Amino acid sequence: MSALNYDDIGDVVPTVTGERTAAADASLDVRIAKIDRRQFLKLTGLVGGGLMLSFAGPKAMANGGVLQPNGYIRIDAGGILLYAKNPEIGQGVKTSLPMIVAEELDAAWDDVQVVQSPIDQAAYGAQFAGGSMSIPMNWTTLRRAGATARAMLVSAAAKRWGVEPTTLTTRDSHVVHAPSGRKLAYTELASDAAAMPVPAAGALKLKDRDQFRLLGERITGVDNDALVRGEPLFGIDQSVPGMKYAVYQKCPAIGGKVKSANVDEIKAMPGVTDAFVLEGNGNAMELLPGVAIVADSTWAALQAKRALVVDWDETDASKDSWTEAKAQAQKLAQQSGPVAADQGDVDAAFETAANRVGGFYTYHFVSHAQLEPQNCTASFKDGSLELWAPTQTPGQGIGSAAKVVGISPAKVTLHQARCGGGFGRRLYNDFTCEAAAIAKRAGVPVKLQWTREDDMAYDLYRAGGFHQMEGSVDDEGRITGWRDHFITFSNDGRRPVSGGNMARGVFPAGLLENLRIEQTPLSWKNRCAAWRAPGSNVFGFVVQSFLHELAVAAGRDHLEMLLDVFGEPRQLGPRGMHTGRAAGVVRLAAEKAGWGRELPDGRGMGLAFYFSHAGHIAEVAEVSVDADKKVRVHNVTVAADVGPIINLSGAENQMQGSVVDGLSTMGLSVTFEDGRVQQSNFDSYPMLRLPQTPGVDVHFVASDYPPTGLGEPALPPLAPAVCNAIFAASGHRIRTLPITEEGFSLS
Amino acid sequence: MDVNVNGQRRSLGDVDPQTPLLWVLRDELGLVGAKFGCGISQCGACTVLVDGQAVKSCSYPVSAAGDAEVTTIEGLAGENGELSALQQAWVDLDVAQCGYCQAGQIMAAEALLRTNPSPGDDDIDQAMESNLCRCGTYIRIREAVKTAAAKTAAE
Ligand code: FES
Ligand code: FES
Repeated sequence: MSALNYDDIGDVVPTVTGERTAAADASLDVRIAKIDRRQFLKLTGLVGGGLMLSFAGPKAMANGGVLQPNGYIRIDAGGILLYAKNPEIGQGVKTSLPMIVAEELDAAWDDVQVVQSPIDQAAYGAQFAGGSMSIPMNWTTLRRAGATARAMLVSAAAKRWGVEPTTLTTRDSHVVHAPSGRKLAYTELASDAAAMPVPAAGALKLKDRDQFRLLGERITGVDNDALVRGEPLFGIDQSVPGMKYAVYQKCPAIGGKVKSANVDEIKAMPGVTDAFVLEGNGNAMELLPGVAIVADSTWAALQAKRALVVDWDETDASKDSWTEAKAQAQKLAQQSGPVAADQGDVDAAFETAANRVGGFYTYHFVSHAQLEPQNCTASFKDGSLELWAPTQTPGQGIGSAAKVVGISPAKVTLHQARCGGGFGRRLYNDFTCEAAAIAKRAGVPVKLQWTREDDMAYDLYRAGGFHQMEGSVDDEGRITGWRDHFITFSNDGRRPVSGGNMARGVFPAGLLENLRIEQTPLSWKNRCAAWRAPGSNVFGFVVQSFLHELAVAAGRDHLEMLLDVFGEPRQLGPRGMHTGRAAGVVRLAAEKAGWGRELPDGRGMGLAFYFSHAGHIAEVAEVSVDADKKVRVHNVTVAADVGPIINLSGAENQMQGSVVDGLSTMGLSVTFEDGRVQQSNFDSYPMLRLPQTPGVDVHFVASDYPPTGLGEPALPPLAPAVCNAIFAASGHRIRTLPITEEGFSLS
Repeated sequence: MDVNVNGQRRSLGDVDPQTPLLWVLRDELGLVGAKFGCGISQCGACTVLVDGQAVKSCSYPVSAAGDAEVTTIEGLAGENGELSALQQAWVDLDVAQCGYCQAGQIMAAEALLRTNPSPGDDDIDQAMESNLCRCGTYIRIREAVKTAAAKTAAE
């Protein structure tokens, strides 16, 4: 396998604790393959999240009629059904994962129907959306799954025709015997194939890359038809009989508890059926204390929430203040901090340097702001819990909800709903825990709905940070020393928050002789966690901007200097980057963008490279800066090496989206005072809109390395590419994100 | 109270007239295509048409609809389920990532094309500016609006 940087997801790789309940599945043994797509979508929409499909398992095989050699494929006379195992959060895996199966199965894509699989660790292993891991973790398994079914279909045809399997080929959902011109559809062979022995994994012949027919094509998302019809795909669209609508108010400063609340008044309000205080379970990632309101409609619940008056006990509540943190960091930056990584002799390098450069970099906290506010539908009945949840970690969702309501995970069924964006926020299941606890206490099924204000106030933020950077070059312009005193945050006063740890080394560690990372954590109460390309999304900005600062100080062209830093093509450690692949994308991006060409005054180009989630990505931004410091990004050229592309349309969409997300985030911040988040909704968190969107040209190297994920790695190079371009255009070095802190804005 | 939605007169019983149209559509009528994103007219996820005009249904009391015709994403396809030019362009260009904003985007585009069948870049910018896409699919949204406009013009 290729080098995967598992550190990128660190603590978020889920341990799956839930088990599927056979009864829940058996209750809806829907013969999907027999019904047409329109009906099918309606049906799955109605029953929730497109999940409640029977995965009948090996027994069905023995009964004949259905070829189902594994959890990914079900073929019978009615059609070919493929199961998508991981949550769909907009990264396109509900389409790309089944494409891998279909490729090796040799099924025509038009013949295939795709449904979300149940949560079943035995059948699927870990099921989650995080760390851009879906493709690399499942690539081989899915190929084998497809090849297994294909081999069984071939065996069945060989037996029926009395010919050697080696004389048969497959194409477009058919087995073909070329010598006799005979041909049979998979659907006609499924019943016979089900009785064939399942071939051993070692006996499977997987395709060579030049035999791919489907992979690398542009395939539109499998849910697109339902999406443009407004069908109920998302968590928020679910409803169950007898369901009420719930909201939950927590303390505006995290850690606060309910002293008292006007629940009796609230209960008397029109449409309100219940209101009560929940104590919380002591785990901030699960159930925080608060007041629940249950009503006949979302609107009634929201009205009641507005009328709610709570007296909070804030003894242990957050006092987090960005202003104070910044002042503290500025002071700490003057000193050295605990050494987290050290190579060579930085101090000696600095002493003998021809030229030294330094700068203080700052980036603010940001919110995930996934467009679908958190929600979860929960039904607690007879000691069992059923959840309809837009979560990135359904396995963990089952485990933590079980804990909160005090039952065994085996008694929890979780239906995967499509997620209206994830970006890391839905790796954490606080909202499913809340829904579970409220449903249990209220004694009715509820749909818990967070408002945007809830989402903004109770996010698990991308942590801010500060870097005192120092570097040196020799008289030939080569980098001789690099020091980064990183002032980060910690929720437990000891370990840095997720995405706030440089100790394990980030680029250019491993490439420079003398480098030292010092790391000082500041205590912080508000929850911080993974945000698209955790760590990389901010380190990319600092490191790639500072490299450019050194190039400028050395009087060298940035492209030439980067290539020099990469040096000879080689793999840097088992999970590290490959300098040859890095150089390849940097050259490609530069060439496609026309690096070095003459530009008018006020216009400039910037380059950046980053390696994360096993992806090598380079970006070149072309920007104008006017006298009012308004920045217009005209175009971004992206070059990516993530191995072969699965779905070209989806891959390109991820690249474009990452550029837009990266640019949007350059104008955003979440700040804290007195423990409270100062932003509340999109009016105070102004994300990028269509008119500010640059052109984005995407180029894939499509190398022969195993394919890796694309949801995250294109984001980190964006901010430094744009900031380097702003420098080229204006001579101003941006060292703070959002750029509005330095008087700049996006136009 | 009653409301006209997608060509049908729907009875709402004793719903609070101040209830935003969005929650009436979603909770009372089971039309969940329009989405909740912000509740304060900032994101456009809840966009529907009222007499052909794009409105943010999260901030539009149901009583304001009166006798007007409300059109939601569920009302765009033809009688036999065939997709409209806009819907088809959205599928063909694979616009969606998470897809959560897209019903609102399509409805904003529908309002635009009803008054301006061949919009230029500036027209699209203006008409679509109030619809956020957190996933950043703006490039394809722009393309899809143009594709649908060109197709309709050709027919
Ligand atoms: S939900 Fe109506 S504009 Fe955002
Ligand atoms: S596609 Fe996700 S918000 Fe637009």
